[in-house]
Amino acid sequence: MSDTFQLDGAVVPFEPGQTVMQAALAAGHYIPHLCYHPEFKPHGSCKLCTVKVNGRTIASCTMPAEAGLNVESNIEELNALRRALVQMLFAEGNHFCPSCEKSGNCVLQALGYDLEVHATGFRHLYPDRPLDASHPDILLDFNRCVLCELCVRASSEVDGKNVFALAGRGITKHLIVNSESGLLKDTNIALTDKAMEVCPVGVILKKRVGFSQPIGERRYDQRPISAQALDDAPRLSGSGGSCPACEDAS
Amino acid sequence: MSKKLRVATTSLAGCFGCHMSFLDIDERLLTLLDLVEFDRSPINDIKHCGPCDIGIIEGGVCNAENVHVLREFRKNCKIIIAIGACAINGGLPAQRNHLDLASCLTEVYLTEPGLAHGHIPNDPELPLPLDKVHPLYEVVKIDYYIPGCPPSGDAIWKFLTDLIAGRTPELGHGLIKYD
Repeated sequence: MSDTFQLDGAVVPFEPGQTVMQAALAAGHYIPHLCYHPEFKPHGSCKLCTVKVNGRTIASCTMPAEAGLNVESNIEELNALRRALVQMLFAEGNHFCPSCEKSGNCVLQALGYDLEVHATGFRHLYPDRPLDASHPDILLDFNRCVLCELCVRASSEVDGKNVFALAGRGITKHLIVNSESGLLKDTNIALTDKAMEVCPVGVILKKRVGFSQPIGERRYDQRPISAQALDDAPRLSGSGGSCPACEDAS
Repeated sequence: MSKKLRVATTSLAGCFGCHMSFLDIDERLLTLLDLVEFDRSPINDIKHCGPCDIGIIEGGVCNAENVHVLREFRKNCKIIIAIGACAINGGLPAQRNHLDLASCLTEVYLTEPGLAHGHIPNDPELPLPLDKVHPLYEVVKIDYYIPGCPPSGDAIWKFLTDLIAGRTPELGHGLIKYD
């Protein structure tokens, strides 16, 4: 017999140790999220998953589930804030979907679709972020980085390599590569690494397979992310192996 | 029936792909013509925009002429719709924004191999390029956006019919696309 909390009026059961996000997804209730990934420790940085718990706003991916909580998520007040967060991410980087090979498999884009974001709404910064094409099999396009740290977490926690890190503060914060030259070719990253699978946007790309899956037949072309994320959620607990939330570009 | 809505369309720093997609509404164009009549548009070749209800603009703002046309539209149209990726975020032309304009022109017209005796175009009839490509909303107020590169004919149809019927336009899964 497990305890329960309320989410948008629905009763959600949870196991001890689960977060609000984990319990909600397991029970078939979608809460929008970007930096949360079922296989990794919550990061709590993107704030897309912000909910109201007993009237206070808090990231649902880090909030421990407790009996009797009153959680609000799918309300216009929060969805408007989520839209603004997505818009700011689009304005901060160089996100040109028509020329991005991740288009259709991109979480940021899919969130924009699901939240019915029609335009950026903020002045584009158009930053200058050179590519790293040094590695023979892997391309890094920093223009699209949203600083979710999923590659950082995957490389350190799963691969045990620490290939990636974030450097700088505030608006100058950026993804760096851990090698003396700063280039990916001088790291020990491998195509089979977990860090190769987890990028939610189009930063870490395998070369020469970009359009093997045609535009229009991709992950979020088929179903909106709100439906797709629920399919992904149950598989994560237990299996530990391949995660359906990760794209297999091979 | 009430008076037809007057609609103007133009392409600024665009490729006319959004206009081609507009034609992809196919025979629904005839239904649309029961509801609207066209002012300035590539469809009829009228050169200047008069008073209109709706202005539909494709492409971003990359040169001085684009600014004049955009302001003419804003002055004359009650509602302005930015259509397509370029109008909304600058799109492909805006991928030069982190580069210096002079170095772009030098590379394209002077130093690129195979361009012997080339020169940077300087005909006085050519509008001067801006140092950056701007989305439309950086220059005038935009009322609505139809994303896509290009948006599909179905997306354009859904959006326009919502708008003409007085509903808040919504695209929804499958019609809202950024690529």
